[in-house]
Amino acid sequence: MNVVVFVKYIPNPEGTPKLGEDFRLVREGVEGGLDPGDEHGVEAALQLAEQTGGEVTVVSMGPEPAVGAVRRALSMGAHKGVLITDDALKGADVLATARVLAGTVKRQDFDLILAGVESTDGYTGTLPMAVAELLGIPCATFARSLEHKDGSIRIERQTEMGYDVVECSLPALVTLTAGANEPRYPTLKGIMQAKQKPTDTLALSDLGLSTEEVKATQEVMGVEPVPAKEGGEIVEDPGEAPSRVVEFLTKAKVI
Amino acid sequence: MPGVWVYAEVSPDGAVEPGALENLTKARGLGSSVAAVALGPGATKAAETAGRFGAETLYASDDQVFADYIAQPAAHALHQLVQQHQPEVVLFSLTYDSRDVAGRLQAKTGSTLMANATDLLGPDYAQTQIFGGSQIVDVTLSGPNPKLVITRPKSFQAEPAGGGPAKVEPVQVEIPDELKKAHRLERQEQAASGPKMEEAKVVIAGGRGLQQAENFKLLDELAAALGNAAVGASRAVVDAGWVPYAMQIGQTGKTVSPELYIAVGISGAIQHLVGMKTAKRIIAINKDKDAPIFQYADLGIVGDALKIVPEITAAIRAKKG
Repeated sequence: MNVVVFVKYIPNPEGTPKLGEDFRLVREGVEGGLDPGDEHGVEAALQLAEQTGGEVTVVSMGPEPAVGAVRRALSMGAHKGVLITDDALKGADVLATARVLAGTVKRQDFDLILAGVESTDGYTGTLPMAVAELLGIPCATFARSLEHKDGSIRIERQTEMGYDVVECSLPALVTLTAGANEPRYPTLKGIMQAKQKPTDTLALSDLGLSTEEVKATQEVMGVEPVPAKEGGEIVEDPGEAPSRVVEFLTKAKVI
Repeated sequence: MPGVWVYAEVSPDGAVEPGALENLTKARGLGSSVAAVALGPGATKAAETAGRFGAETLYASDDQVFADYIAQPAAHALHQLVQQHQPEVVLFSLTYDSRDVAGRLQAKTGSTLMANATDLLGPDYAQTQIFGGSQIVDVTLSGPNPKLVITRPKSFQAEPAGGGPAKVEPVQVEIPDELKKAHRLERQEQAASGPKMEEAKVVIAGGRGLQQAENFKLLDELAAALGNAAVGASRAVVDAGWVPYAMQIGQTGKTVSPELYIAVGISGAIQHLVGMKTAKRIIAINKDKDAPIFQYADLGIVGDALKIVPEITAAIRAKKG
């Protein structure tokens, strides 16, 4: 089974994010890497390819350094990578990104597309569904487990109350939660091999998309800090803690 | 008749998902006609609640197909309705099903979609918060109608308007077979003990500072002593497999806004803060006195949670007698 995995290059989540003058997240000159949420998609793809035979293709859209995210997935074991990078895509919103990813996937054979639930930096969380719609395929989202059997897949789909069991024919798109698997670490051998694996770089024109089709539809008018909350009380003597908490709870009428 | 629409998830008994009621309340204030769309068993029964919270019209279909297949039938029907009635904006809750439907609808209409909105000032003007809720961002929305907006839960309080039932407009849309592929075979509800996290007056959340999964029982004991308290967790310990995902609070988990939030051994990463910082009062217990969570706490306790939490539990029991 041939599996496509969407991955995103994001600024290091442990770092302090900054906004540029255009109110966009500063991505240049900032240490970054593969979104940790996407590693679960890569892991699931590798497991399926190992079980069934077939190839794993990693697809990412982003600035040139985003090839780092693709390479990380390749070093985990994916077979080939595609990076779509184009100046016209700077600041692209969800729909533009969906059009680019759908256009890229259409260029090749696939049985299944895997993605994370949402990116760690933007967290819109609707991109995969938009891609599925553009491709006209079903989408089994928020999977906390994924099994493949006889040309269809079965997932446990996270819900507010528990989970649903969802079965879906292929081709399909599945999004995976962090609970779905434990992503593997790249081995040294994997890291060495990744450098030799084919990685295509595409521009918007390669996908037959116009700049009009990827125009942003949201404009940030301003950013202002939320009024700071007044500092609370800090108790540094743990011995005092129980009485202070009880006093606080009593005042707040919680007890 | 352009207007503001709210996509409302319903249960078979006609109950409306809380986020949809918050959105209806917000929609009323935008000076336009308000309608709700409910698809699936219980939709028609939701007319009373939808009306009470401000919907003049309820587009409803009780068809089981919307419950049996993920998103595609609902997005198809909603798209037809939107084409027919041309609303200016459609509001969605940040739930699993609504996100699926909104994402698909966007690809059909080519409209803008804004997620995680914390306020809506007009049909094309919304706000969101970034960097753990420390910055408010004003965003204008352009492109074809309807604008699609997914709101963060608890961004506004749901308040009934006191109106009568919404006028039900039956939705009659044929769902093609090719949209019946992602089949929901069963629903498993995991019975949680105690109140639901989103509804509890007190939420006690544990993080890495608890050191191991077994120590969550200290929080259960504290919850029992307080009463009407639910126990949640940070992403770190959910990822570590200590507790189920359903307990996760934060960006990728639940958003809670209780009377009191007690953060135990949680440092206060941005991704956690967005899920709890609207709590009315916050107590934080953490070993590291520089932990960011203390900037949000009304009462901060610096020390070892494993030692302090049982002492607090005992003191509360003593006080309650």
